[in-house]
Amino acid sequence: MALRVRSALLLLLILAAALGAWQVAATPAAPTGPALDPEYAKLLGTAAQGGQQTPMPRPSDIAERAWHLLRDPFYVHGANDQGIGIQLGWSLLRVLTGFGLAALLAIPLGFLIGMSPVLHGALDPIIQVLRPVSPLAWMPLALYTIRDSGASAIFVIFICAIWPMLLNTSFGVATVRREWLNVARTLEAGPWRTAVAVILPAAAPTIMTGARISIGIAWLVIVAAEMLVGGTGIGYFVWNQWNNLAIADIVVAILVIGLVGMALDQLLGRAARAVAWRE
Amino acid sequence: MTQPACRCGGTHLSCDAPEALAAAAVRVAAERAAFGGEAGRRRVVAALGAGVVAAAMDRVLPVFRAQDAVAETVAQPAGTPEKKDLKLGFIGITCATPIIMGAPMGFYARNGLTVEVVRTAGWAVVRDKSLNGEYDASHMLSPMPLAISMGAGSNPIPWSVAAIENINGQAITLATKHKDRRDPRDWRGFKLGIPFDYSMHAYLLRYYLAEAGLDPDRDVQLRLVPPPEMVANLRAENIDGFLGPDPFNQRAVYDGVGFIHLLTRELWDGHPCCAFAVPRRMVTDAPNTYQALLRSVIEATAHANKAENRKEIAGVIAGQNYLNQPVTVVEQALTGTYADGLGSVKREPDRVSFEPFPYQSMALWIMTQMKRWGQVRGDIRWRDVAEQVFLATDAGVKMRDLGLTPPASAYRTHSIMGKAFDPADPDGYVSSFAIRRA
Repeated sequence: MALRVRSALLLLLILAAALGAWQVAATPAAPTGPALDPEYAKLLGTAAQGGQQTPMPRPSDIAERAWHLLRDPFYVHGANDQGIGIQLGWSLLRVLTGFGLAALLAIPLGFLIGMSPVLHGALDPIIQVLRPVSPLAWMPLALYTIRDSGASAIFVIFICAIWPMLLNTSFGVATVRREWLNVARTLEAGPWRTAVAVILPAAAPTIMTGARISIGIAWLVIVAAEMLVGGTGIGYFVWNQWNNLAIADIVVAILVIGLVGMALDQLLGRAARAVAWRE
Repeated sequence: MTQPACRCGGTHLSCDAPEALAAAAVRVAAERAAFGGEAGRRRVVAALGAGVVAAAMDRVLPVFRAQDAVAETVAQPAGTPEKKDLKLGFIGITCATPIIMGAPMGFYARNGLTVEVVRTAGWAVVRDKSLNGEYDASHMLSPMPLAISMGAGSNPIPWSVAAIENINGQAITLATKHKDRRDPRDWRGFKLGIPFDYSMHAYLLRYYLAEAGLDPDRDVQLRLVPPPEMVANLRAENIDGFLGPDPFNQRAVYDGVGFIHLLTRELWDGHPCCAFAVPRRMVTDAPNTYQALLRSVIEATAHANKAENRKEIAGVIAGQNYLNQPVTVVEQALTGTYADGLGSVKREPDRVSFEPFPYQSMALWIMTQMKRWGQVRGDIRWRDVAEQVFLATDAGVKMRDLGLTPPASAYRTHSIMGKAFDPADPDGYVSSFAIRRA
């Protein structure tokens, strides 16, 4: 307990120091140079009036924007102006769809690869070549062939989420203890029964670890994918505020993206713990 | 219908225009009825000449009235649009003003359409979403439909410029630190931003540099930067300047990052910039939708061109749903009363104009630059491409319907930095430049 309290205190201290330094550093200096013609000054931003560039927003500016954005997260004012909650919803929907499709393919296929050394030998080169490809590199190909930007974004999530689950599943299945399989054989369990009653529970923790890695990557990628494709989603929100050089809004979005990503990770972490076993 | 416009000398824009064809059919039918069938008509016309026959006929029977009546029905098909709910893509720049404002200010609704205008992340995305049919029509850079139709940078798919959106309205913006290097001959080694390879921005910047003796492919670095990222890149000193669309030139000034070196109208006064682009299949498969859309956009363009409306429009389109920019920035770009970034207020009401007529000679000039910089190779069927892509006839008809005066010809001589471009000799024009890739 004492350790926790000390950690929390240290965290607060670090945050306060960092934010305080930021606040001071980003506060614009007093105007320099000669006073401007008032008509000219009226046409400029506040910082430019003082002969400066528009500075980074201060933490206080960001807090103000956060309050403004999170106060009413679900409004819809036309196609291009929707609340941050709706944008998050779109991103989550895409991630979960892509991730779900990937799981539907990767887990059964991983099972087969794990159980069959021949299949493993055959597919491994393909997997090894495709796995390190950045998912965004698929985007032009997807847009060109699928001809639908929403589906393309989902495809990109699918393609990035599939590899960790596939590899972890096949590894988990391949490394189930020989003795357990032998026991199943002596009990004359069929291949289906062996798969469901022995291999699946034994490999479940490894599979869940793969899923946890996958969803983490998917959440990383969706932001970039939506910045490319546009339309809706939290990535588009970031891009859009960048369009307006609204850095404070981007910082808010970054925090929100981080929180949602953490929640997704925790959720799958719980699931992994639920299927864990001890000898 | 007052001035002769067609090359045949008739009083229509082109002999292929539906009203011209209809008018000819009406006259022939009336003459056949009067002179006993086609054989009789030919005899009389051969003996007296077509003009005399027409004049004599008109005294007995006012054929021209019938022609006008038919022309009206042909030119304004009363048919309802085949598709009413449309999606239009746009990039958040002031060039798109008529396309954007058409939605909030009711120009589409007035013509029986429900249009959603969707802001899009970049030109390549606009192109891809248009090609795959997610957008029914879209705001494009005027060279893009030419490039798409010719298969430069994508598969060849017939695409059309139904109307030009704006002329002028772009600028070269430089980082504040270069305020004493105003001569482009001192720009060797500069990194300059352009929004897209197939853009007037790229061609005008290349032209400007080449006129100053710099080879745009060797002596400077041209970097593809999406318009919204231009100011941020200028600020981060990734680029020394850019030739880009508004409001980002003005935004650079507003944020104290750069100054406006020159407006593109100083290079070519009246240059086309962005276009209202439709797939050819819409023109052929959904003519009523196309006509209604074209009418809406030309109405909006005419409204946007009036100086007295600019302030109101700036207020409408600056919001988060459209341009997502401070109102004063959009207002300065549209009204032409702006801070230049060097301490003075400039007043140039013609900073940007909205004139819809797609001169086919503009298309020719763009193609000469595509050829000059090696974007297309081989022989070009100049006029065929220009006339297939830039639909001057339809735009002319719609302009006249609205009481505007379309130009007499779709070809004219343009003057770019003092040098004339004669649309009759595009090949000669390309080879007249010392710095070129072709």
